[in-house]
Amino acid sequence: MTNKILVVEKILSANDRIAVENQSIFNAAGVKSFNIMASPGAGKTSLIEQTIKILLNTIKLAVIDGDIATNIDADRAQAAGAFAVQINTGGECHLDAVMINSALKQMNLDLFDAIIIENVGNLVCPASFQLGSHKSVLIASIPEGDDKPYKYPGMYRGVDALVINKIDLLPYVPFNMDYFRKGVETLNPGIVTFPLSCKTGEGLENWIKWITEIVRNQN
Amino acid sequence: MHELSVTESILEISLRHANNSNAKSITNIYLVIGQLASIIDDSVQFYWDIISKGTLADGAVLNFRRIPTTLACLDCNNQYSPGDDSLDCPKCKGHHVKILSGEEFYMEAIDIET
Repeated sequence: MTNKILVVEKILSANDRIAVENQSIFNAAGVKSFNIMASPGAGKTSLIEQTIKILLNTIKLAVIDGDIATNIDADRAQAAGAFAVQINTGGECHLDAVMINSALKQMNLDLFDAIIIENVGNLVCPASFQLGSHKSVLIASIPEGDDKPYKYPGMYRGVDALVINKIDLLPYVPFNMDYFRKGVETLNPGIVTFPLSCKTGEGLENWIKWITEIVRNQN
Repeated sequence: MHELSVTESILEISLRHANNSNAKSITNIYLVIGQLASIIDDSVQFYWDIISKGTLADGAVLNFRRIPTTLACLDCNNQYSPGDDSLDCPKCKGHHVKILSGEEFYMEAIDIET
């Protein structure tokens, strides 16, 4: 006999449930968490390095690094002075809540004020997988081009803050900031943005101020 | 691009509901996917044929129902489906929009043999 069974269940509901659990783990330890997403080469690791160095004496940071392979990024975060855990996804194009959950089990969260999660370099998939972080941050970079909000709407829509990195390259590459910002504003009205250069240090202070305020605000 | 993990979730959800109903097999799976959910039907189907083998869902047909994107213009309240190259409101050219539909991604129902 054939029966139709009503299901109505979100396909990624299992991931979303673990993400909720992750956030409870962060909250119980009083740790704020940031999910940093970007295309490969936008400057995720460089921004994290700079952030660690500047906040070294004020905020106890740990980094969870997601990559398809290698420990390069965790090594860089460690060299900058933070505790770092590397997750190799073994080909998966994104981090998911389960991976973060197992990384958290290797860490003594009481030692930290904040956790920065460096997602796999990718402008598509990470947007679909909630990790349980308090804030999602996207890093765009000038050489990527000004059309990226239009081409990767899912990523631009779902984040809480946007870093615009490599502004020191603006004189050298064609990048229409008004066109870029119009796309951002359409998808994510009123989003806070941080134009900066990890290389020259220009604009970093606003980013540092934002992250510090979130970590200090324990509500 | 992450269709393998998505397809694994589809298998897990459908098997769980089928087992709860003591099904002998699953014959159809009905999925609802918004145009904005970056999921490729063919790729899901490709993984499905591999990972459903030997399970209750072996041979089940995946039915994809696509939901078109609908936006509301926050400037003039016009509701519209955006074109391929712009999300702007066709009426007032405004670009402050709210997404009304197109982000859906869920399993609606399954057909089982008992």
